Amino acid sequence: MTIRNTLRDHGQRYRPRIACLKKAEKVLLEMQDPKTGVKSQPQRLVITTIPHAITGEDILSWLADRFQIDTQEARNFGSMLVALGYIYPLQDHKRLVIKPDASLYRFQTPYFWPTQQWPVEDTDYAIYLAKRNIRKKGILELHEQEQYNRLHKWMNHKWDFIVMQAKEQYRAAKERKKPDRVVFDCQERAYWVVHRPPPGTVSAMDYGLDRRIDPNADEEKTPDFYGRIMIFTQQSIMRPRVKSSVSIGALVKYCATYNGHDPFLSKCLPSNPWITDDITYWNLNMPNVEIPTKMRVERWTFSFGELLSDPRGRDDFRLFLKKEFSGENLAFWEGCEDLKWGTAATMREKAEQIYKSFLARGAPRWINIDGKTMEITVNGLKHPHRYVLDAAQTHIYMLMKKDSFGRYLKSPVFKDTLKKAVCPEEHKYSDAQLEQNAKNRRPSLSPIVLRQQEKEHRAKMAANAPVDITQVMSKLSKTGKEVSPCRRPPPPAKT
Amino acid sequence: MRSPPIPEMATQEVQLSETLAHLKTESDTLKGKLEEERAKLHDVELHQVAEKVEGLGQFVMKTRRTLKGHGNKVLCMDWCKDKRRIVSSSQDGKVIVWDAFTTNKEHAVTMPCTWVMACAYAPSGCAVACGGLDNKCSVYPLSLDKNENLAAKKKSVAMHTNYLSACSFTNSDMQILTSSGDGTCALWDVESGQLLQSFHGHAADVLCLDLAPSETGNTFVSGGCDKKANVWDMRSGQCIQSFETHESDINNSSEADREVAIYSKESIIFGVSSVDFSLSGRLLFGGYNDYTINVWDVLKGTRVSILFGHENRVSTLRVSPDGTAFCTGSWDHTLRTWA
Repeated sequence: MTIRNTLRDHGQRYRPRIACLKKAEKVLLEMQDPKTGVKSQPQRLVITTIPHAITGEDILSWLADRFQIDTQEARNFGSMLVALGYIYPLQDHKRLVIKPDASLYRFQTPYFWPTQQWPVEDTDYAIYLAKRNIRKKGILELHEQEQYNRLHKWMNHKWDFIVMQAKEQYRAAKERKKPDRVVFDCQERAYWVVHRPPPGTVSAMDYGLDRRIDPNADEEKTPDFYGRIMIFTQQSIMRPRVKSSVSIGALVKYCATYNGHDPFLSKCLPSNPWITDDITYWNLNMPNVEIPTKMRVERWTFSFGELLSDPRGRDDFRLFLKKEFSGENLAFWEGCEDLKWGTAATMREKAEQIYKSFLARGAPRWINIDGKTMEITVNGLKHPHRYVLDAAQTHIYMLMKKDSFGRYLKSPVFKDTLKKAVCPEEHKYSDAQLEQNAKNRRPSLSPIVLRQQEKEHRAKMAANAPVDITQVMSKLSKTGKEVSPCRRPPPPAKT
Repeated sequence: MRSPPIPEMATQEVQLSETLAHLKTESDTLKGKLEEERAKLHDVELHQVAEKVEGLGQFVMKTRRTLKGHGNKVLCMDWCKDKRRIVSSSQDGKVIVWDAFTTNKEHAVTMPCTWVMACAYAPSGCAVACGGLDNKCSVYPLSLDKNENLAAKKKSVAMHTNYLSACSFTNSDMQILTSSGDGTCALWDVESGQLLQSFHGHAADVLCLDLAPSETGNTFVSGGCDKKANVWDMRSGQCIQSFETHESDINNSSEADREVAIYSKESIIFGVSSVDFSLSGRLLFGGYNDYTINVWDVLKGTRVSILFGHENRVSTLRVSPDGTAFCTGSWDHTLRTWA
């Protein structure tokens, strides 16, 4: 029994699918086509002539031409074919890469191609090493010697068989003609470089962990199997669906809407911190900054969801609702979110609290939902679970989205925020300045510290008279800011 | 001399194969009906609509940071909401929290198992979750004290019967979603370790999951070795949609509504280990088993860029929360941020 590793067996036995092998084989067959493949010729190596040798540069130009890719990609692709063992180098045989010069390679014989079906056995490796040992003592490399000793120890019970096989193969090889023997030896050696790589090298055969289910096995066809498929298909048929033009249209529209906001597609103002090592962009876009950027405010207009998910946007919206005396809707929605995503232990309490504050008759912040929804919700609250307020929450969300959101976008609160929003100028750093920026990278405050600060301020707020939340939040975010060379000085802090 | 087969068993066998044949026909008919229904609404192809869309320019994307410190294959990574910190996990059992911007290591945890295949950053930035061959998902609150052993405060949250392949916090630090080699996904309460919901439906190992918060409901998608990607309703535990692929295991998933395009190129024969979309959804980044990253134009279906740099398989890839960069982790023991 060969011990492969010391992992606890979790019932994993099967190798994952190596889907690339079939594709690689297709490419190999094309490459070997006598008319359209890579051109080959016999090459002299020391005193023997190797037939059908190909050069690295020929392989690369064939790949570049066939797949319309550049040299770098062709090199990567070619080297992967060598790493998998479909092509092997004649010189420098331990480095499984394609060199873009006259270095020689050969196509590996299909007998030695990697296969999905079964892993390469230690028994075969032991026979191979034993055979080489028989031929000439001391020829094994250090890692091969170590492997040989290890296998000799663990396969001791069948060592006679291994030595017998090795001797038989050695004898059979001697009967071959010299050129054939040289070729076969090269092929066999290449095979083992791929499947038993020297330590410290990257192996393309490394696939990670085994899987629990055999990827090649088809699920057994039982009545139950068909039963499940049919239930699933029925459900799929009954599911509502939209026209492709609608869903694809939505996808295209989304891409277009957010194009200007995607740092990979449009300039990030003032600059992308990862590229210029200047973090002004992050400072200007802190979660609770007092003055947002114009881009950020624009994003709030894309959808109600965007406005709510940005803490600064939500604050602005809250201010607007306060002026309209309909702040309870947002407060209720936030309470529902807290219930849904909160910890299980306090769920019951929270549900009760929400009921008392928002739903009960005469509640201090009573929300206006239709009778039917109220009935369902109140009934559900008798046996509260985290989704008990879903119906009411959806109702209120839709109300805010269809009514308040539109009015917010036309309101003085929003217009004021938009007017004050900043639009930073693009950084134009010289190479020398960029180098300097790289040297000046500074760490930022840990999220742990920020959360602590937030907690302390919230506690202070709860204790003191009501304070405008946006002012408190902006003060907090200022303490966390770095000083950046190109920023405008911040507005004086209000105490 | 052989004894003749027992008559009743022979009849039962014949009956079973008849039933199976009948069921198969019924199932195929239904599938045909589903295809019909789908075809009725299939009035346009993505590439047709995309013709009117402007093409993308040339891209200059480079490695901006290389994070060295793991002693073995990097298996997973996740971004912190602060857009610069990340957590990564490795085959050697180490989980490291980095400030990717300065490349400083801030925290390190040694797990009691190897192959930590899943790790996630909590939304607050104050904790990380990880798991792997220990079949569990544990949450480690982070501490400012460098000398504190984070393992002391660890909370064991999820328990599966096989390896943990992926984990993700939901909208808060209080709940975690996990997927496992045992074929299931599950939602857990972090404080108590209580199982809130389990999701059954995959026929084989589940390898990945991704959350899709929407306005009114909450769903997530999971992908598995059974070649299926399932969309689940977190509330009911039901599978509400399923996509099947033709080729191989689904190693990574990123929320999209239906399969509208397949991104492939003849010169790319290796599997993708991880994917993520750019902020606008126009670009799709894929980390491949041939050590490269391919960047696709989602609408046109063309490959816009190929990035080299890693010296072994790219095992994990995620775009940062504000879309300014993406980070890759590789079996070459390093992580790289690209922009």
